[in-house]
Amino acid sequence: MSDHGGPVDVTDSRPVTDRPQDRGGVVVEGLVKRYRKNPVPAVDGVSFTVGRGEILGLLGPNGAGKTTTIGVLTTRVRPDAGRAFVAGIDVVNDPVAAKARLAVVPQRNNLDRSLSIRQNLVFHATYHGVPRADRERRADALLDQFGLSERQKDKVDMFSGGQMQRVMIARALMHAPEVLFLDEPTTGLDPAARLFVWDRVRELRQSGVTVVITTHDMDEAAELSDRVGIMDHGHLLVLDTPEALTRELPGKETLDVTVTRSGTRSGTRADLVELLDRLDGIERVEDMNKTPDPGGDLRLRLYLSRPAPAMVAAIAAALGDNDAVLTDFRLGHHSLEDVFLHLTGRLLR
Amino acid sequence: MTAPVAQAEPNDGPGGLGGAGGGPIASRSAPVSPRRAFLAVLGRDLFVTGREAPIFFAQVILQPLFLLFVFGRILSELGYTKGGYAELLFPGIVALTATLTSLQSTAFPLVIEFSYTKEIEDRLLAPLPVAWVAVEKLIYAALRALIAAAVMFPVGILVLGSIPWRASATPFMVLILVLGALNGGALGLTLGTLVPPNRINIMFALVLTPLLFTGCSQYPWPSLSRLAWFKWLTTLNPMTYISEGMRAALVPKTPHMEPWICVAMSLLFLVVFGTVGIRGFLRRAID
Repeated sequence: MSDHGGPVDVTDSRPVTDRPQDRGGVVVEGLVKRYRKNPVPAVDGVSFTVGRGEILGLLGPNGAGKTTTIGVLTTRVRPDAGRAFVAGIDVVNDPVAAKARLAVVPQRNNLDRSLSIRQNLVFHATYHGVPRADRERRADALLDQFGLSERQKDKVDMFSGGQMQRVMIARALMHAPEVLFLDEPTTGLDPAARLFVWDRVRELRQSGVTVVITTHDMDEAAELSDRVGIMDHGHLLVLDTPEALTRELPGKETLDVTVTRSGTRSGTRADLVELLDRLDGIERVEDMNKTPDPGGDLRLRLYLSRPAPAMVAAIAAALGDNDAVLTDFRLGHHSLEDVFLHLTGRLLR
Repeated sequence: MTAPVAQAEPNDGPGGLGGAGGGPIASRSAPVSPRRAFLAVLGRDLFVTGREAPIFFAQVILQPLFLLFVFGRILSELGYTKGGYAELLFPGIVALTATLTSLQSTAFPLVIEFSYTKEIEDRLLAPLPVAWVAVEKLIYAALRALIAAAVMFPVGILVLGSIPWRASATPFMVLILVLGALNGGALGLTLGTLVPPNRINIMFALVLTPLLFTGCSQYPWPSLSRLAWFKWLTTLNPMTYISEGMRAALVPKTPHMEPWICVAMSLLFLVVFGTVGIRGFLRRAID
């Protein structure tokens, strides 16, 4: 794992068994993309492999390079360097064959507004050469499964965000893709709709479909992905299972604390942070305030090497000696957010 | 190319997505066929147009109908135009219909589909080269334009009472109208992909109106000799060659441009705007 903030690229540690075109899933090698008018590459040397039937979550803030990476894999962005394979097909050299094997569920609604829901599904299958009887049967099955049967004749305009997302996933599955790309699949969805999407994605893995999800939602990445890649500034910082990523963080537990300064002897924010950092049992202190207010409360995340309950009293006492009060605390385990914070020194959101 | 990968899982539950279509989810049912994808994409456009036929006809007929009515009928009945003007006007109006219908069938929808609805994305991801999607737009626009041009004949009879007609010139007339329809589509592809979406209204004001009136639709080109600068200006409008070609076909006794020049210049414009338009389309579709 790289040090704090260092944009050190990881290379996938999976065994390279053979040529990329012989592997299924997704293979990305040394991908670089520069956009005109921007001297900083949007993607700067990214490499990874997604096995057949695996779910990869690409996590990172806006502008990290996730969407560009997906853009290359889905033939919509031409890379400046590197290679990319989808289901064994080189997406740059043979985009047509690649498009036959992949499907994309975009973040924004791009359904065909001139067509009904069912027609959206059926025409998509027609573009992909699915025979007539098959496409009607598949449309029936998918509409039923996604709870859209009753509204299949409706136009797209009348649909909510969650329904639209369901239609777009159903459409993507009409040509039985081998690799499915989902861009922020549950952003803006209510919890029930989110769980519905997650269930469908898990079912796809069951049937051997490779899934790549971009998200800036930690829970989604942790919940859904077999492995998570964290991107920032065009680099892939780490790529591993969510468990392995959190396991490697310093400390075992975390404690989110709110500290209120009550007197004149409280010292500056930095003084208090340093005070806590020196306490036995605290491995690391992260400032969670997005815009620190010099006189206001401190919200800190403490990474502990000792059990948290035993630490609370010690922390409260140490703060008390400095005219500061522990006004709130919350126990937690390491999450992917901590991994991101550790790698970049920033909060993801 | 690798062989299709069968990924059938024996444990596909009945509710699983693998059940969709009754077969394993990842067994491709057909080999990749860009030609079939092209026809399917064209089929989508024709399906949508066919369903909205009344709107389509209202859209394409109104402008030429009014032009014919005001210039061909009103002005002549009021005595402001010489007799026989309607004969000259009609071929020009058919040319105008063919060219501008296909221009508007590509330019406007492209801007909307690329920028606002994004609904072209599903077709860009269909298994065919992206340039073919652009060609599909062009051909679809040309088909619309040819239907609109054909409709102008009964409309002409209704408005003017009679129209010039020479059965022997039909093949040449069809050739010229096909060229006009393709030229308009190529021009629309160019404008629709080059002009930034927020400028589309300005484009229509600045481009469409001059195109409408510099294309020799309302006057024969040789008659412009007294306005030399304007005569040369009209040679830059691809519609000029379509209007003149139509006059060569329908009213050959009127002075008109040589038919071979009309065909050659139309082909030249088609190559230029077709290339620029497809390039513009590729630039919009692929980063």
